[in-house]
Amino acid sequence: MAEKTMRDAINEALHQAMAADDSVFVIGEDVAGCNGAPGETGTVGGVFGVTSGLYQAFGPDRCIDTPISESAIVGAASGAALMGMRPVAEIMFADFIGVCMDQIVNQMGKFRYMFGGKSRCPAVIRFAAGGGFSAAGQHSQSMYQVMTSFPGLKVVIPSNAYDAKGLMLQAIQDDDPVLFFEPKVLYQEACEVPDEMYTIPFGEASFLREGDDCTVVAFGQMVPKAAQAIDALEAEGISCDLIDPRTSSPLDTNAILESVEATGRLVVVDEAPPRCGLTADIAALAADKAFSSLKGPIKQVCAPHSPTPFSPELEASYIPDSSKIIAAIKGTMA
Amino acid sequence: MSLDKEDLLRAYRMMKTIREFEERAHTEIMNGQIAGFTHLYTGQEANAVGICEHLSDEDAIISTHRGHGHCIAKGADVPGMMKELWGSSEGLCKGKGGSMHVADVDKGILGANGIVAGGPPISVGAALAAKIRKNGKVAISFSGDGSVNQGTCFEAMNLAVVLEVPAVFVIENNYYSEHTNISYAVGCDDLKARTEAFGFPVFEADGADFFSVYEAAGKAIEHARSGKGPAGVFAETGRFHGHFVGDPQYYRAEGELEDLRENSDCLKNFRARMAETGEISAEELDAVDAEVMAVIEQSVVDAKAAARPTPEQVTADVYINYGAAS
Ligand SMILES: Cc1ncc(C[n+]2csc(CCOP(=O)(O)OP(=O)(O)O)c2C)c(N)n1
Ligand SMILES: [Mg+2]
Repeated sequence: MAEKTMRDAINEALHQAMAADDSVFVIGEDVAGCNGAPGETGTVGGVFGVTSGLYQAFGPDRCIDTPISESAIVGAASGAALMGMRPVAEIMFADFIGVCMDQIVNQMGKFRYMFGGKSRCPAVIRFAAGGGFSAAGQHSQSMYQVMTSFPGLKVVIPSNAYDAKGLMLQAIQDDDPVLFFEPKVLYQEACEVPDEMYTIPFGEASFLREGDDCTVVAFGQMVPKAAQAIDALEAEGISCDLIDPRTSSPLDTNAILESVEATGRLVVVDEAPPRCGLTADIAALAADKAFSSLKGPIKQVCAPHSPTPFSPELEASYIPDSSKIIAAIKGTMA
Repeated sequence: MSLDKEDLLRAYRMMKTIREFEERAHTEIMNGQIAGFTHLYTGQEANAVGICEHLSDEDAIISTHRGHGHCIAKGADVPGMMKELWGSSEGLCKGKGGSMHVADVDKGILGANGIVAGGPPISVGAALAAKIRKNGKVAISFSGDGSVNQGTCFEAMNLAVVLEVPAVFVIENNYYSEHTNISYAVGCDDLKARTEAFGFPVFEADGADFFSVYEAAGKAIEHARSGKGPAGVFAETGRFHGHFVGDPQYYRAEGELEDLRENSDCLKNFRARMAETGEISAEELDAVDAEVMAVIEQSVVDAKAAARPTPEQVTADVYINYGAAS
């Protein structure tokens, strides 16, 4: 099986979904690129290259560049979806949710419920998310933890290329609105990815390590860091379950609770700040539903309650690393 | 609005400072010295300087992702900016903001901005403060040909008219928003007319010519200062680099960059004008160049040697006062 980067895996999913279904199209800023310019149209394929080649393969009607207008981009996607299309919109950076929050939260996320179950809005909105590029306060946020709190939206956070492809294909065929957060530091990370189409169901966590002493739940770019931490602890005779929920909404609560019941310990890791985030959410779940199994305190590993700093060394201490995860795992045993 | 020799020398020095700051930043980014996303203003210097030469520290500007030029022209400390790009704790923003968030509120610089069209609404508020205080100050927002398509920009322009505030909307049309041309992204074929349709006068300028921008800005700012409500400046310009450092620039025509550097260089144009009028000699301008180069060189030396931030600074300055809890 060929190794592919996460960028290429998502790109392949888009190519295949568009080839398979005429109702799928992509829309966003520079998803084709060079429109109206002297240079050749379609040569950009998104600022991170995720929509590369779609313009050449499917033309201007299905790979649609827009002005800088995030609210209108999301609305254009959700409106087309209400009419039966399957748009995949790109909002360049997850932080720009700040610009189009109404269209996502009050509009797209609530159609079905407010319309008495009489509509479907199969739109996918993609975002490059998270820190690691010294991109400072307005280009580094994860945002998925915020969006998880809104009923009506599904929230996907792949941590590797294989999952990214299967989750993207699921997102496109899913009949509900899906927010798809691509951790941008992982775009170049590669693993084996099948050439054929496959889907990964939402709400089904993946187990990346199995162990007895502690359950570690991690999201997005924290998953490889948690794996690193767990592998390092093996030498000390500590073994852990590593759970990547892959979707925060729906959340595979059974997988998490079963693991916690077996290990008796829980560490939850995310790169976002702590308040009202996924680590707090999952810690509360375990405290509520698996309290009697717990042998030690639940530990949360996350960023501090501050915006993302620009300076590379500040950002390095802001985003959790494997040493903080190791300390937390040991902290559950202290 | 006549410019004496001192004014002219200051304007030239500003443009040259921006040029050298940007060209040096470009070199240092290519050398891997500066982290993050950096958008250079090279080629557009006359716009920032032509506007800001009309302003004092009490007038406000709010800039964009391509903010270095606006900030320098409004009086930001150049060594402090260089240190900021380096992520030093001695930087203008203590290394917290970097290139996209250079700011100095004491100088009336309400920040560069990483969100396209994040600035115009804030400029309406700054202008509202001036209107309420009746102090004759103005607030300037800079936008690009791409930024003007954002809803926030429309809302800000309309609100400024409704509230009759002294806001000046400066639109720098460099023809591209990232990789997309204005002819695609702006649906109508006359952006200046579209802007005027909000209900304020827009003065046109050649963004490669300091004198042209200075004149148009003078009219717009005078309009706003005199209590007649908002105004606009619409300048045609060109950026000499990619959208960000590292941009392959597939959207350009062959020879476009060479042509821009050859025929739309505000520094060359300024020198040509001085040669014509005889107001400043080439030797005097050369001397300014040499001084500017020395300042930029020293600011890089200082930035490299400047203090690095320490981890406990991550959580500093989130709030002014968050009580005892943390
Ligand atoms: C809300 C938002 N959308 C998209 C971007 C990404 N982006 C940064 S600059 C830019 C283009 C801006 O074009 P223009 O306004 O013409 O300014 P220029 O870059 O030409 O100075 C885009 C799309 C952003 N930073 N913020
Ligand atoms: Mg532009």
